[in-house]
Amino acid sequence: MTVDARQVEIGVFAVLLGAMLVLGFAAARWRRPPSLHSLEEWGVGGRAFGNWVTWFLLGGSMYTAYTYIAVPALVYGVGAAGFFAVPFAIMTAPMAYLISTRTWSVSHAHGFVTSAEFTRARFGSRGLAALVAVTGIVATMPYIAVQLVALQAVMKTLGVTGEWPLTVAVLVASFCTFRSGLRAPALLSIAKDVLLLWLVLAIVLLVAMSGGWSAAFRGSGERFTADVSPASGLLLPEGGWLGYLTLVLGSALAIFAYPHALTGILAARDRATVQRNAAALPVYCLALGLVAMLGFFAIGQGVRPVGGDLNTVVPQLFHEVFPAWCAGIAYAAVGVAALIPAAVMSIAAANLFTRSIYREYLRPGASPREEARVSRWVSLLAKFGALVFILLLDPQFSIEFQLIGGVIVLQTVPAVVLGLWTNWFHRWALAAGLLGGLATGLFLLYLVPQRAPDGRIVKAHFGGSNLPLSQLGLDSRSAVYTGLIALAVNLVIVVAATLLLRALRVPAGVDATHPADYHADATTTGPTSTAPRHSDSLLDGPSRPRVGAHAAR
Amino acid sequence: MPELGVRAQRRGWRWLLLIPILAPLPVGLYNRLEPQLWGVPFFYWYQIGCAVLAMAVTTLVHRLTRAGR
Repeated sequence: MTVDARQVEIGVFAVLLGAMLVLGFAAARWRRPPSLHSLEEWGVGGRAFGNWVTWFLLGGSMYTAYTYIAVPALVYGVGAAGFFAVPFAIMTAPMAYLISTRTWSVSHAHGFVTSAEFTRARFGSRGLAALVAVTGIVATMPYIAVQLVALQAVMKTLGVTGEWPLTVAVLVASFCTFRSGLRAPALLSIAKDVLLLWLVLAIVLLVAMSGGWSAAFRGSGERFTADVSPASGLLLPEGGWLGYLTLVLGSALAIFAYPHALTGILAARDRATVQRNAAALPVYCLALGLVAMLGFFAIGQGVRPVGGDLNTVVPQLFHEVFPAWCAGIAYAAVGVAALIPAAVMSIAAANLFTRSIYREYLRPGASPREEARVSRWVSLLAKFGALVFILLLDPQFSIEFQLIGGVIVLQTVPAVVLGLWTNWFHRWALAAGLLGGLATGLFLLYLVPQRAPDGRIVKAHFGGSNLPLSQLGLDSRSAVYTGLIALAVNLVIVVAATLLLRALRVPAGVDATHPADYHADATTTGPTSTAPRHSDSLLDGPSRPRVGAHAAR
Repeated sequence: MPELGVRAQRRGWRWLLLIPILAPLPVGLYNRLEPQLWGVPFFYWYQIGCAVLAMAVTTLVHRLTRAGR
């Protein structure tokens, strides 16, 4: 590679990324509502996104750059075990059909923009809501940080050194969100998917031209047989099944507790939009599966990561096998794929703070305008926090923190997900279960050692999210995802404490929701909003005539 | 209320969603190399195939439950 090729790559990358950010700024004007100054508009896009926009937005916020970078990197490193992200992503779609439609309906009926508000209404406890909100924010922050780590990996491969390019990218992206709210990531996701589609086609062509998948898998098989690690291979090792299964299940459940996944769902305009999206979202899994297998292709092509950082495997592969201009497009796709979820996550974290902490404890009766203003500033703060985090600390640390984030957020599942079906749980029991689950999860993560391929212990604690059962004194080679064990402990506490509190006749909270709320649709009642209901009719066609409460607008 | 009965019957179709939810779980059954598809071991193409299954079943359920609304 000559210096010129690098310059072409950097040029294409910079131009495309710049164009994207201009688009993000323009998003505020996209089907502009009379005012962006309410959380309904800024935080959930006026709940008016149709089938297509919702699909792009959900794809953009859930299939993050970290996924496109880290999953193939994991596959490159260990083989089959790294593929867990694919079945987990597939499972979430039919689950969303059952879970997210209920969430959408109850949020629509009551005007919630976060799941913490739902727990407050369902279990009648603002303390529990604040606990859920704080847990959500803590789990989301490192997730934003890993997006920036992915962007940093791309820049590292491009040979861009220093901290300023990353800082500039984050600055500009933050101001996009500050100005346009959820409309910015929504519009950017559409543009990103055009680049992603190009990338997928390029990968298919490339693999076909370089000997096909059989060559890639043959090469990988040889490498995995040659290396000393018992955990790596084209198939899961014996005893690796349980770890794989629990990781898939746990990650799939966690998706329904992560604040940012909910934001995209709530922005949909009716139940049918959520349902159609559940049917169409696995299309992204096909892309993810293909990208994941790039890990094998990289082995077959003899790609070596830059400076031993596995996250650079995919960018390095693009650099070595694509023509320079095409690699530039690929880098831009990954770059934007990092900025979109970072934006949605910071919006989600900001909404949690504004609705469940600011409005509940600091300024009861804050106006919609004030709520939007607070959320804007908090979203800015969230991104800068994440930036400072990765600039000051070892990036490796933020990836570990993200691992912990999944275990943390899983502990809100009883209140946020099971609560959709039952209000049997006592509010204090849920709070106790959440805290007990967090403590268990963190303790178990502390027990997990990190091992080098030859089995030597590199690091004694926080070495991964799967706990070897031998660590608990069991005679087994299997491992279990710590998040699921912690969730089980959490549930046992919730059930036991509920029975106890009921026996002691401690008053439970008052459920403010009605069974019919969980089936409410856009044609029935909704929150009052002055927004036009057609903010995306550009893409999705004019909205259908509405009856009921919306007909008046 | 016959209306509600019909709706409940239609909602029963949602049990079909268990198929794509459970399909990626029997790890022991698909943890194998053969048969290969375009050089890709069974382990990988089976799981990617689950995505197609999920799309088909979810679309079917959506059509069946919303028909006649």
